[in-house]
Amino acid sequence: MNLLRELLENLRQFIATIGATTLFLGRVLAQVPRAFLRPGLIIEQVHNAGALSLVIIMTCGLFVGAVLGLQGYDLLQRFGSEDALGTAAALALVKELGPVVTALLFAGRAGTALASEIGLMRATDQLTAMEMMAVDPIRRVVAPRFLGGVLAMPLLTVIFIAIGIFGVQVVGVQLFGVDSASFWSQMRSSVGVDDVYEGIIKGCVFGFACSLIAVYEGYTATPTAEGVGRATTRTVVTSAVLTLILDYMLTALML
Amino acid sequence: MRSTRAVEISTGLFVLLGFASLFFLVTQITNRELAISGGSYQVNAQFENVGSLKPGAAVSMAGVTIGRVDSIGYDQQIYKAVVKLRISSAYNRIPTDSDAAIMTSGLLGGQYIGITAGGAEEFLKEGDRIELVQDAFVLENLINQLFATFARGSGDASKANEPAAEETKQ
Repeated sequence: MNLLRELLENLRQFIATIGATTLFLGRVLAQVPRAFLRPGLIIEQVHNAGALSLVIIMTCGLFVGAVLGLQGYDLLQRFGSEDALGTAAALALVKELGPVVTALLFAGRAGTALASEIGLMRATDQLTAMEMMAVDPIRRVVAPRFLGGVLAMPLLTVIFIAIGIFGVQVVGVQLFGVDSASFWSQMRSSVGVDDVYEGIIKGCVFGFACSLIAVYEGYTATPTAEGVGRATTRTVVTSAVLTLILDYMLTALML
Repeated sequence: MRSTRAVEISTGLFVLLGFASLFFLVTQITNRELAISGGSYQVNAQFENVGSLKPGAAVSMAGVTIGRVDSIGYDQQIYKAVVKLRISSAYNRIPTDSDAAIMTSGLLGGQYIGITAGGAEEFLKEGDRIELVQDAFVLENLINQLFATFARGSGDASKANEPAAEETKQ
């Protein structure tokens, strides 16, 4: 009986969190036009979320591509069609690996930074101080950070994909000697602009979701050291789970 | 906090890198790169069976891509597939009696249209039709024939070789 009550309580809390996040999203979106009046703040956040994530995104992209080259080559050469490596790897990167891995890295690198920064502002009463000075913290702090994440994520995704394809090329063509011309021409003949759009749309949606979760968790963090830590953890976990669920839905939608 | 200038420069670099990657993806790995720059003209051809030919597939002569398949439609009057080919104006000396065949690149590769030059003095121009065509080679049909042969063969082993030999002659 206790177990059932606990389950119901958890369910109620889960639904309440979804509702609160949606309402919070409404408040942020309402401030977005005003946030654009101070583009400097947004640029700074694009820098924080995007430019500072560049090294990790590029390194991971290169190695994900290289592994794809190794595995893809090993698999395809069993069927004697290693020329299809370009196609297989490019489609995998553009449609799935690029957006999803970028979103996971983004949640780990930029999402946690956002959540802990805003959470710490809450814990040190900076947000309250702003409210007392009649500065809306959502407009001044949350909206620019949210927008920075939303703008940076699609760009990070395409960078990841481009570097990943370079990684595949390094392993497949340079290392294993797949014919360079057929690698590129098969890739070109079977990857359409639609596939690239699919990847970019996924990147945008994941960026939106991960940024929202990060700012929401930070903004509603319990104002203690422990609370900020918890908010950071929840950001990563929720972002990762939501990214994978959204990925399934988007793929089903666009297939 | 770092100076605003450094922030602006690194953000700018990041955005530029993003757009450069996007440009790379759209132009280098997708098939629209030969969206035929400059002028082009359209000719069409009627096939009994286009197999898995798709719009955007290459049209090539002697292995060189000279155009793309614009659209594939079905004409109810003649019960044939009508394929519209868009060919770059740079290649305007294709004889009118040239032959268009649907070919497959590699065993499992995509299909494309190969044009073999004829001997006529006149050249194809906008709206012309290529009369000589060769349909797609449908692997499934061949496999079905093969299975049919085997099925007959297992029924009556002594006659098995005869129909098989006939079919290979065809």
